[in-house]
Amino acid sequence: MSKERIKIAEELYDIMPAEYQDLVKRATYGNEQRGWKDIGNAKELIEEHSLCAGCPESMAFRYILASLPNPEDTVMVGSTGCTSLVFPHVAVHNIHSLFGNQNAIASGLKRALSVRFPDRVKDVVVLAGDGATVDIGLDMTLQAWFRQEKFTTICFDNELYANTGGQESGLMQKGFVAKMAPVGKSFEKVRLPEIARESGCHYVVNCTVSKPNLVEKVIKNAVHIAREIGPTYLQMYTPCILEIGKNSMEGLQEMRDSEKPSERFAYKEFVSEPAKELIAELAAKEKERKAEAKRQLASQTVAVG
Amino acid sequence: MTTTYRVMPGPEHFLPPSASSMGIRLPDPGQAHIHGSIVSEDEAMEQAAREFLAAKVPTIFPGPLVLWAWNEKAAKKAKAVRHLYETIKECVDPKLQQAMLIPMPDYRPKYPKINPEIEINPNHPNLTIWHNKIDACMFVGVHCHQANLSLKIIRGGTSCYTVAMCAQAGHEDAMLSFRDATAEKIGRLADWVKKLKGTVPPPE
Repeated sequence: MSKERIKIAEELYDIMPAEYQDLVKRATYGNEQRGWKDIGNAKELIEEHSLCAGCPESMAFRYILASLPNPEDTVMVGSTGCTSLVFPHVAVHNIHSLFGNQNAIASGLKRALSVRFPDRVKDVVVLAGDGATVDIGLDMTLQAWFRQEKFTTICFDNELYANTGGQESGLMQKGFVAKMAPVGKSFEKVRLPEIARESGCHYVVNCTVSKPNLVEKVIKNAVHIAREIGPTYLQMYTPCILEIGKNSMEGLQEMRDSEKPSERFAYKEFVSEPAKELIAELAAKEKERKAEAKRQLASQTVAVG
Repeated sequence: MTTTYRVMPGPEHFLPPSASSMGIRLPDPGQAHIHGSIVSEDEAMEQAAREFLAAKVPTIFPGPLVLWAWNEKAAKKAKAVRHLYETIKECVDPKLQQAMLIPMPDYRPKYPKINPEIEINPNHPNLTIWHNKIDACMFVGVHCHQANLSLKIIRGGTSCYTVAMCAQAGHEDAMLSFRDATAEKIGRLADWVKKLKGTVPPPE
């Protein structure tokens, strides 16, 4: 894939709104080295969105969309929740599934894409909230992992049903009192990362989205491993600042506080043996690419000198 | 099935019925329909050209299938669309009429607001039509489902005359619909506009 397929017809170029011209001229489709550092330098695949001011989910969306290795050939599958308010604005193919069905939809989609485009790499990425992933859609989530479906599942964990006013979710911490869960949660937060590992995921990460370079790394790893080996799972803390009584500017600090070593979002990673080999292979290729770029730069400098 | 239902400019009402549910059928190859009646393609060409020449703001809405150069055919159609627009512009009275070419680049809902001066969106096409006071329009290069949605909303809430230049089997929900659109067919419509120049009374 390259930008060739997203060329605006010459005769109608002048009438296209500027944002589409920008997507063609300044977005990072087709650039294998794309990453979060493009934010601010290139046209982003998400700009305007309808989330609350300061919502950490909007940061997560920006970092993830900047980090997808192959956005022009990626289909994202979403589900009901705050994420579904953002998807209509995203310049990546996406499907909204029924609440909880996202991993079942993604399974069929990935298989169909493999049949329809056997010679092209097509990535499928599920992005859903904790209600869709762990409560309503747990069956579909687990069955996709058991079947070793080759796609990435990302859970935006805000530890409650934020979009509908703060009901208790499986990923809520024990004892937490929310607007619509006034007696406090009576059992522990579901340990989905561990369940994911036991269910056959080859790459599992539990983290927050406070560090863009970390998000980029785990997204790239997860997508590449899912493409080549099998299912991957990322659980990312994207707190709902409204539901936990924080102000717009406090989301980042909330994530930093929650990722301290003793906290529930301390960075945890599981990588299967085949996935470790693949990551090492990709790292070696990247090293070689950088060395080659350095060599070329040096030869150009000598030629100019 | 016979029907007395006619696909006419609205505003019909908030949720107009789909024309197919009212017994309107699609034309066969080589045919077109006007208000739901099957006619020859030439008759429809003449009628569409008259509508453009009589409108205050004749407008073409090219969709993603012609705005993006997916393949050679799309690029050719885009050229033909541009030619049709330039022809209409040339053939109308600039003091009384204003031809427009407004894109529908994709189908994502545009929230919190759309800029109706520069684009149209299938989820609320009426906003662009109201804002620009468009009274005759043609859809070309819009995927069937989105075109149907737009055509129904337009019929429901505006008095705009709708023409569909459809690359598939046509649209019942348009007041006039061609089928199997090609660059040549769009070019023929431009020829009809040129041919009828000066014969259609300008809008009051």
